[in-house]
Amino acid sequence: MSLTINGASVTPPSDPRVSLLDLLRENLHLTGTKKGRNQGACGACTVLVDGERVLSCLTLAVQVDGRSVTTIEGLMVDGAMHPLQQAFIDHDGFQCGYCTPGQICSAVAMVDEWRRGSPSHVTGDLSSDTIDLDHDELRERMSGNLCRCGAHNGIVDAILATYVQEPAA
Amino acid sequence: MIEFTYARASDPAQALMLGAAEGARYLGGGTNLVDLMRETIEAPRELVDVTGLPAEISETAQGGLLIGAAVRNTALAEHPLLRSRYPVLARAVLAGASAQIRNMATVGGNMLQRTRCGYFYDDDGSRCNKRVPGQGCDALEGFNRNHAILGASSACVAVQPSDMNVALTALGAIVHLDGSEGARTVPFGDFHRLPGDTPHVETVLRHGELITGIELPALPVAANSAYRKVRDRSSYAFALISVAAALRVEDGIVAEARVALGGVAHKPWRAAKAEAALVGRPANEAAFRAAAQAELAEAKPLRDNGFKIELAERTLTAVLADLAGEKA
Repeated sequence: MSLTINGASVTPPSDPRVSLLDLLRENLHLTGTKKGRNQGACGACTVLVDGERVLSCLTLAVQVDGRSVTTIEGLMVDGAMHPLQQAFIDHDGFQCGYCTPGQICSAVAMVDEWRRGSPSHVTGDLSSDTIDLDHDELRERMSGNLCRCGAHNGIVDAILATYVQEPAA
Repeated sequence: MIEFTYARASDPAQALMLGAAEGARYLGGGTNLVDLMRETIEAPRELVDVTGLPAEISETAQGGLLIGAAVRNTALAEHPLLRSRYPVLARAVLAGASAQIRNMATVGGNMLQRTRCGYFYDDDGSRCNKRVPGQGCDALEGFNRNHAILGASSACVAVQPSDMNVALTALGAIVHLDGSEGARTVPFGDFHRLPGDTPHVETVLRHGELITGIELPALPVAANSAYRKVRDRSSYAFALISVAAALRVEDGIVAEARVALGGVAHKPWRAAKAEAALVGRPANEAAFRAAAQAELAEAKPLRDNGFKIELAERTLTAVLADLAGEKA
């Protein structure tokens, strides 16, 4: 068996104690994914597994054997930044940058959840198929990614500009 | 983390065979168990990954729903029948954790979430009867703002942290189990235990027994249901108090009521006294408040959590008023 990371086949570690996060950072030197609290409290380690956002710190690498993992390094297309990466720059979506890879991976999957009609805690009508991705929805859906610098307003603007509309200047 | 072996179960029979080994534990999403293993509070010698077992949500012949234990929390909250027939359950799931964690967490694992009591987690510095039976409880006289007001004991004042469990309690769900002694069902309200003298025994699960599914009974009243969670920040935080409720009012009189409280006890708390006080009474705020007070009459505050009694009373009153279409 093997797992796929950013399109490349990788053999899972023989020791099942190795987290997906440590496999990425320590074994494969994909250091874009960050270790924050290492206990599922901050979202800095967010990656995509088969397109769904998960916390790599609480995922054992052996659990994703046979599945496809995408990290921030894998979001680039033909050497060009993902549009959301550029939007984070354009809208001051970070200061220190430590939470940014997790924020961007999280947002990419969040948009897919929203587009398929997945409700959130703040969704008013659970029976509705379409949900407006307004500020309240976006903040709730991104609440699993903390930013200690407080760049949340820029993060919201970057996501809205990329996937919904350009906010008023 | 101590060393352990890892195996993936491809079907329930194989899971039961692997899970019967001494020191074996079933692994769902791992959002709680892996964390506790890293803290060396949990130390299984073998993990049996059961996330590959059936994860379907299907209608039962009795008009209810059967939810596979491996269903992820996200899939549960997204399901159209759940959203229309049991909104309290969809709301409770969506009120818990973050989207990343809900994508990982399974229904069976969520049921078995362990307490977030800080003394339980403080392996190096605190006493905890749940972690080390007979050691003593430092929460009893310590920082206990988040702790229990109902059903606690001198051995343990911790609370059950799951939002989903509160809704399943109100709905009267049925837990489906399988094990070496055969399959059995347990009413959800009997699945978790009060602490008594053995707070380390949190459920009625036997060693090697596997949660295979949760059955929701046909329950028309649940279409008018709600979950309200009060917490220190508006998202991604555990409950101080939560209320799951369903209500049917006919001609201004409460005809049927289902109520459960979260954040108040060692188990999700079915508010049977409040339900009894509601049925047959006028659907107004005074009656709702009286029902809440009836449930909380035996609440016992600790040093830091007396506020929870009034908070629970107000929250329950407001939820019932909302469901009755009243203002509170």
